[in-house]
Amino acid sequence: MVQKKRSYTALIGITVLLLFVILLENLGNFIPGLPQVLTPTSPLFTVLKKAAVYSLVAVSMNLLNGFTGLFSLGQAGFMLLGAYTYAILTVPTAQKEQVYYLFEGCAFDFSLVDMFEGIFGNHGAGGAIAMILACLLALILAGCVAGFFAYLIGFPVLRLKSDYLAIATLGFAEILRAIFQWQKLGKVTNGANMIKGFPTFTNFNITDSSGAVILRLSTFVPFLISSLCIVVIVLLINSSYGRAFKSIRDDEVAAEAMGISLFKHKMLSFVISSFFAGVGGALFAMYVANAQAKAFTSVMTYEILLIVVIGGIGSVSGSVLATFLYVACSEWWLRFLDSEQYIGNIKVPLLRNGFRMVVFSVVIMVIVLFFSQGIMGNREISLGALIRKFSPKKERKQ
Amino acid sequence: MGNALHLENVTMQFGGVVSVNDLSIDVPEHKIIALIGPNGAGKTTAFNCITGVYQPTNGLIEFMGRPMVRNHPTGKALKTYKGENAGKFANDPVLAPAPDEITGLGIARTFQNIRLWKSMTVFENVLVAKHQRAKQNVFSATFRGNLAEEKRMRDETMDLLVEQGLDAYKDELAVSLPYGLQRRLEIARALATSPKLLLLDEPAAGMNPQETAELADFVRQIREKYDLTVFLIEHHMDLVMNVSDYIYVIDFGSEIARGIPEEVQNNRRVIEAYLGVSD
Ligand SMILES: Nc1ncnc2c1ncn2[C@@H]1O[C@H](COP(=O)(O)OP(=O)(O)OP(=O)(O)O)[C@@H](O)[C@H]1O
Ligand SMILES: [Mg+2]
Repeated sequence: MVQKKRSYTALIGITVLLLFVILLENLGNFIPGLPQVLTPTSPLFTVLKKAAVYSLVAVSMNLLNGFTGLFSLGQAGFMLLGAYTYAILTVPTAQKEQVYYLFEGCAFDFSLVDMFEGIFGNHGAGGAIAMILACLLALILAGCVAGFFAYLIGFPVLRLKSDYLAIATLGFAEILRAIFQWQKLGKVTNGANMIKGFPTFTNFNITDSSGAVILRLSTFVPFLISSLCIVVIVLLINSSYGRAFKSIRDDEVAAEAMGISLFKHKMLSFVISSFFAGVGGALFAMYVANAQAKAFTSVMTYEILLIVVIGGIGSVSGSVLATFLYVACSEWWLRFLDSEQYIGNIKVPLLRNGFRMVVFSVVIMVIVLFFSQGIMGNREISLGALIRKFSPKKERKQ
Repeated sequence: MGNALHLENVTMQFGGVVSVNDLSIDVPEHKIIALIGPNGAGKTTAFNCITGVYQPTNGLIEFMGRPMVRNHPTGKALKTYKGENAGKFANDPVLAPAPDEITGLGIARTFQNIRLWKSMTVFENVLVAKHQRAKQNVFSATFRGNLAEEKRMRDETMDLLVEQGLDAYKDELAVSLPYGLQRRLEIARALATSPKLLLLDEPAAGMNPQETAELADFVRQIREKYDLTVFLIEHHMDLVMNVSDYIYVIDFGSEIARGIPEEVQNNRRVIEAYLGVSD
């Protein structure tokens, strides 16, 4: 009963959030003369897009590190696999010559976008359907490729104890990055160059025939996909399998003695987490409008790990909340620290390029040192509880 | 009726230390059998061999008449082997099932140093033990195609908690319970795996005298209700003498006596072992 009620509030909450995002990014269409922050070029929307993408990756990492207790640092590697899968599968054939010009074209002459456009046509509603289907299928395949690689390396790696697991997965990600930059594979991966020209979030904006935007959806789309994926992860965590994962995290010996197969469940968690990291990687490629191995360094993994720790290991809502705060700080709120500022005639000391990272590091250190449980510990934000807290007090029935 | 559990020449050697030495034990079906001995005698290690936590260095363990665990020392282990009967199983294939597979066969256990899942409630602790036998897969569970199965698991868990008198604490964290109740919860959790054989490692440790006194009846009750065989380690002699049908006594890994309670109670070697007299 309570369970059901809670799922309904969560569902309504997510729907309201998504509608709000659409409204927010289209305000300019209704209200002229908006403040700068709400115009489409504002950093607000960059932050929202990036945070939507990162929150999925953070939650997928939390599933593995926080809920199953496996300390893995391969996230960037699986994101890379997802990003390249998505990019290679969706660059239209017509563009391949240009993208792969250093390697005289791409090794395989195929694009999901072309395939679906062949079926549904390439303009109007047909074109829209073709694009949605192509992107959707490519996103799913991006996840599958990442999941498949996780399955393969899972056999040797998941038998390792915690620190070794971290080192092995980190090494795996670094090796992948090197392989994808290898010139010999240029006909597939475009070597060290970026792959461009595939559908990105802006392709989802609805335009009229002259190309002017009627309905902006470029922030809504990453929100929608991320929310769907996070909902699936939450459903998994709250299922019988999620409970088995937690039992492994709490005490492996007891879990095994109560009939939980360690290897099977660790593998499941690893593959599923990597699947969503792959989808997240594809979304990241859509966000930056290119796929390049150079971007998926271990620094990215640490960034996500930091978000998970700040949000609270074992809290999905904590991860999401922390992602938005982290991305907003690093991309927006602390930006002013990087440029010289004047109050009246006096130059504010210390502010110069790079100072932002100093402040940022200090803030993070303080959080990690003094709030080691993170923002949420292992609790979750409950919408019902929030509403109760902020609504006028009613007689409570016992 | 046959034996639920049969140990034959089981030896467990860690490096140069022989913790269990050539142990042979029979646990007949539907009986309550005790394993006693002074501290460090190797009792818990024997349980760990039965449940797959350790692979014994040598020996055979049969469950319900079928070979379940079997091993013999080879290579370096054979050179350093200090036990007996090294060649007895040399021609038989090695059997080394994982602990969860052994649980699947129908052996459940509790732990001497309580191992409840600390971030989970009392209810969830028991519920997880139902996972192995549930008819579901990760897709049906995630997308809620297993509602009937999930409901059955929850109902059965609730029944177990009511029966163990733990229903009032169901939403509390398992580790917040008093010691005696944590032991009860471990038994409830073990029962949730639907075992045929229950291994209890010092179930009365940390219980108050009242709880200890009740434990004997309780063990007999669950044996009847779940048609169990019980194999237990215990230091409280009153409890052991009261509840056991048959007793094995070990010291320094080896058997020093066996018999019905009256025989063991008056055995000279047992008394010496417990009083620390060496001969
Ligand atoms: N994993 C291990 N590695 C090395 N030695 C071990 C290991 N496990 C147990 N031992 C040794 O085996 C011996 C028997 O230990 P065990 O825990 O089985 O005793 P016990 O009879 O259960 O004692 P207690 O009554 O104190 O619980 C001890 O000397 C212990 O140090
Ligand atoms: Mg012991």
